[in-house]
Amino acid sequence: MTKSELIEIIARNQTQLAYKDVELSVKALIEQMAQSLSSGERIEIRGFGSFSLHFRPPRVGRNPKTGESVSLSGKYVPHFKPGKELRERVNEAISK
Amino acid sequence: MALTKADIAETLFQELGLNKREAKEIVECFFEEIRMALERGEQVKLSGFGNFDLRDKSQRPGRNPKTGEEIPITARRVATFKAGQKLKARVESYAGSVK
Repeated sequence: MTKSELIEIIARNQTQLAYKDVELSVKALIEQMAQSLSSGERIEIRGFGSFSLHFRPPRVGRNPKTGESVSLSGKYVPHFKPGKELRERVNEAISK
Repeated sequence: MALTKADIAETLFQELGLNKREAKEIVECFFEEIRMALERGEQVKLSGFGNFDLRDKSQRPGRNPKTGEEIPITARRVATFKAGQKLKARVESYAGSVK
C-alpha cells in the first residue's frame, strides 16, 4: 500500500470530507511526524507503536571501491518499536 | 514530550480547518488502515517517511531471563520500519540530546 492508496482508502471511509482535505491531512500528518523526529522528539501512538532516535557512534568506515578509510561522525537514526496491538494483530493474522 | 495522536489532530484542526471530530477520525483512520494492511501481509510505503515491512521469523531457542529455563520462542511475523532516505537525512543532522 502506498501513500496515495492510503489516502484513497481514508477518503472512501470519511465521506464527509473532500478528497483534497484527506490528501492534505495525510501529508500534514506525515510531515508533522518527520518534523517531530528531526527535532529529537519521540512519537508515541498507542496500539500502533513508537518512533524514537537511536544514536550511532562515530566510526571509521571504508570506501568499498578504493579501500580507503574514512572517518564517519556520529549520527541519529530513526527507530520504530511496534506497539502491543500491532504486534498481536500482525502475528495472529498468520496463525489463522 | 512525545508527539501523540491528540497533537496531530490538533494540528489538523488548527492548520487545515477540519473540525475536531473530523481531525480525530482521520488520525485514527490513518493508523488503523496501516495496521490493517500489515495484518493482510501487505507492505506499507509512505514516501518522504519510510516503509513498514513484515518479516517472518522462524522458531529459535530462548530463555526465561529470571529462571534461566530454556523455552522456545515460537515462529512469528513481525512488523518492521525502515526509514526512507529523506527522513534519514533530516534526522541524521540532529545535534541535540534526545528528549
